Amino acid sequence: MSKQVVQLSRVVIRFAGDSGDGMQLTGDRFTSETAGMGNDLSTLPDFPAEIRAPAGTLPGVSAFQLHFADHDIMTPGDSPNVLVAMNPAALKANLGDVPRGADIIVNTDEFTKRNLVKVGYESNPIEDGSLDAFKVHPIALTSMTVEALKEFDISKKDAERAKNMFALGLLCWLYHRPTEGTVDFLAAKFGKNPEIMKANLRAFEAGWSYGETTEEFSIQYEISPAPMKSGTYRNMSGNLALSYGLIAASKLSGLTLFLGSYPITPASDILHELSRHKRFGVMTFQAEDEIAGVGAAIGAAYGGALGVTTTSGPGVALKSEAIGLAVSLELPLLVVDVQRGGPSTGLPTKTEQADLLQAMFGRNGEAPVPIVAPQSPSDCFFAAIEAARIAITYRTPVFLLSDGYLANGSEPWCVPDVSSLALIEPNFATELNHEAADGTMEFWPYLRNPETLARPWAVPGTAGLEHRIGGIEKADGAGTISYDPENHDKMVRLRQAKVDAVARTIPDLVVDDPADDARVLILGWGSTYGPIGAACRLVRAEGKSVAQIHLRHLNPFPANLETILKSYDRVILPEMNLGQLSMLLRAKYLVDIIGYNHVRGMPFKSDELAAVITDVLQSL
Amino acid sequence: MTTDAFPALSLVPKADALQSAKDFKSDQEVRWCPGCGDYAILSAMQSFLPDLGLKRENIVFVSGIGCSSRFPYYLDTFGLHSIHGRAPAIATGLATSRPDLSVWVITGDGDALSIGGTHLIHAMRRNVNLKILLFNNRIYGLTKGQYSPTSERGKITKSSPQGSLDYAFNPVSLALGAEATFVARTIDSDRKHLTEVLTAAAAHEGTALVEIYQNCNIFNDNAWEPLKDADTRDDLMMRLVHGEPIRFGKEQEKGVVRKSDGHLEVVEVAKVGLDNIIIHDAHAKDPGLAFALSRLSNPRTLANTPIGVFRDITRPSYDRLMRDQITEVTEAQGAGDLQTLLYGNDTWAVS
Repeated sequence: MSKQVVQLSRVVIRFAGDSGDGMQLTGDRFTSETAGMGNDLSTLPDFPAEIRAPAGTLPGVSAFQLHFADHDIMTPGDSPNVLVAMNPAALKANLGDVPRGADIIVNTDEFTKRNLVKVGYESNPIEDGSLDAFKVHPIALTSMTVEALKEFDISKKDAERAKNMFALGLLCWLYHRPTEGTVDFLAAKFGKNPEIMKANLRAFEAGWSYGETTEEFSIQYEISPAPMKSGTYRNMSGNLALSYGLIAASKLSGLTLFLGSYPITPASDILHELSRHKRFGVMTFQAEDEIAGVGAAIGAAYGGALGVTTTSGPGVALKSEAIGLAVSLELPLLVVDVQRGGPSTGLPTKTEQADLLQAMFGRNGEAPVPIVAPQSPSDCFFAAIEAARIAITYRTPVFLLSDGYLANGSEPWCVPDVSSLALIEPNFATELNHEAADGTMEFWPYLRNPETLARPWAVPGTAGLEHRIGGIEKADGAGTISYDPENHDKMVRLRQAKVDAVARTIPDLVVDDPADDARVLILGWGSTYGPIGAACRLVRAEGKSVAQIHLRHLNPFPANLETILKSYDRVILPEMNLGQLSMLLRAKYLVDIIGYNHVRGMPFKSDELAAVITDVLQSL
Repeated sequence: MTTDAFPALSLVPKADALQSAKDFKSDQEVRWCPGCGDYAILSAMQSFLPDLGLKRENIVFVSGIGCSSRFPYYLDTFGLHSIHGRAPAIATGLATSRPDLSVWVITGDGDALSIGGTHLIHAMRRNVNLKILLFNNRIYGLTKGQYSPTSERGKITKSSPQGSLDYAFNPVSLALGAEATFVARTIDSDRKHLTEVLTAAAAHEGTALVEIYQNCNIFNDNAWEPLKDADTRDDLMMRLVHGEPIRFGKEQEKGVVRKSDGHLEVVEVAKVGLDNIIIHDAHAKDPGLAFALSRLSNPRTLANTPIGVFRDITRPSYDRLMRDQITEVTEAQGAGDLQTLLYGNDTWAVS
């Protein structure tokens, strides 16, 4: 039976089910097939903190949203065109985001009286007319899967578990996705259990065939590949890109990568990933706590390694004193903070940008630390290299502020040619550097490079450069203990000046203003790049002008930031916090910032930001 | 002594010429209170280090915070004076990534057992290649005289005017419970014994925990005096020697036996016969005997206090295991290629 094929330019699909239903895996597979088709895409996994919340309940709902298109896109999409709801809880938890007219595929087998009551449905929404505004496709996913697998020598439970593959098969048919990747994937995943592997494959095929034969779906959709610059592409998530960026920084600098880390959501995947790459000489140390993680990284840095610690907000709080030590020791150190909702334990699996001021000021004394923030999942790769460059060149701890949205989201990435990446020169000290009063040469561990103000990095094993340093204030130059008031004042200012000097190697911001007549500027930092960029497109599509800049360096700021801020009548700054960057910019540049702030644990939607921009434009 | 005596230091480069204590004295003025026990330990260390025959630049002292933690400033080696309690964690990163270094941690009873307790026990269980010297004076010195985790219960201090409520840690018991592979105790004033213990610690692969009874003459003077006074020390203190019967007393008249209920007991040798006295076995895989010995002493009177090496067993160090894993993976899979890694297994081309 041949069906009508409709061309679409973009689609947003959300898979939602119980946290045991395999929704993340289903979404990942669909993403891989979509990436292979050459569509541009962006993903947003959204899962609960509980590993397995009680089955069928609202807190147990796990979802994966994927936006793919025949043109370049910047976000995982504001609202789904298709919702796949594996049970009543998934329907109830996600229905509010689904626009009228959208498709909803529901697994009717799970819409039992008991399951409906569990989430507070008094009647079955599939039957009571409450979904009349949507195109509902009631499908008995579980029983059809079990039926398709009846010949297999597997338990009923294992058969039911394959229903996500049935759903995946159906969606792959619906959107013309290739199937080879999933076949290979299943072979690899269940290679040790051929019966389960074959059963999952059969379920996947059954879902596909169902789409082709059923009258439930009369239309099949096609989304053409997006035009992209030429190159070799892969799908890339934030934590993976960040891990690869750290390995690349190790290669580019010739330094051993030493990770000291304690497991914490949503940063643990970086520890997992790096522990798999021992063939790159990577050393991973799962410490007894957050403090030991950063402590070991500092110890390794003292010994000449690229010391890295990875964590999230609560871990940064614990590491603060040690980061202060690294400021005082002036040793290279990367502190990766994959931000999540706070304060305290907060929302471990949800995203937020509320650690900026902690990164900026969260230490005793005047303890400035450069801050770098990636703007998209794949940009985590380059941001990690940039953070390492600053740390090694300036002998300073550097914060890399990612967040949960970047960490777990993914997008196509044009893989760079390694030879195009700039080397990072550690410039270890090997020579005595100061002439003493009696004419003999000696080593001064705090004699600074006049340009960068960085001190020499003299590692143990370097003959003649034996020296003692610590967290006590040191004499300028000689590095010996000094309690002298004037020296302390000087050292505090020198450490600040060194961080300020980083700005000289930061590229100027380039304003994106296609019409070149904008009076309103919108800026952001970190993961808001996608939603802000998409919002600007929406506004410009209506013939209005808005200028956009995005900050990658949050300390120090790029040199031309002040001029840019002062060139516009209005400056808008959306942040997933209560105005932390706004506070810094207002204080530093005396510019009146219009903040737009939400801390809902989810990224901004582009249409809400477009409305904010439009409001401000109208106020001019 | 030749460096062959220290197979555990085989990866650390050897000095080109003979060294003397003078080579290890830094130009910094020593700032401990006059009469502090730390002077004796520093002096013993400066005299002992030349025996190791290592290049000075390959020796690192890492410390936390407290009086003892100033130690690294006074040795002309590499030194890192870090933050309170964290020296074992920092030293773990250094020792793990640099097997060519001899790494020493200098800490005190507050630094190691209170604020840094976690790092201490985990360094020991991992068997990180660190020599941890725990200066125990049973008081907080740098903060001017509060009770510490090793202070005897009921101790009157500035922060415990009615007597402290805390039960004390026994650092040797703690270390044995934390799977330490080398545990010893010595005394600041007994230079010969101190040097012997440091030598044994240096020869050990992995973590060596050495508790050093050290006197704070300002805030807790004479805390260990009964173990130092020539009139009392032999009656109170037993010197553990591997392979020897555990005997002590002025006339070696006392010895340790195992009772029928399994516990250890101090008895008169004459009454039970020398054959029944326990032979010390520091190499025993099971830490039971070492632990039982660590429990014999009375924390108040210091009666039956063992000193010497309680435990010294062979177990691969953390840094060696990590290197071995890296080598194994690299040999099996070949060295990593960054470009290949970045491409991964699932790419598509856009032309």
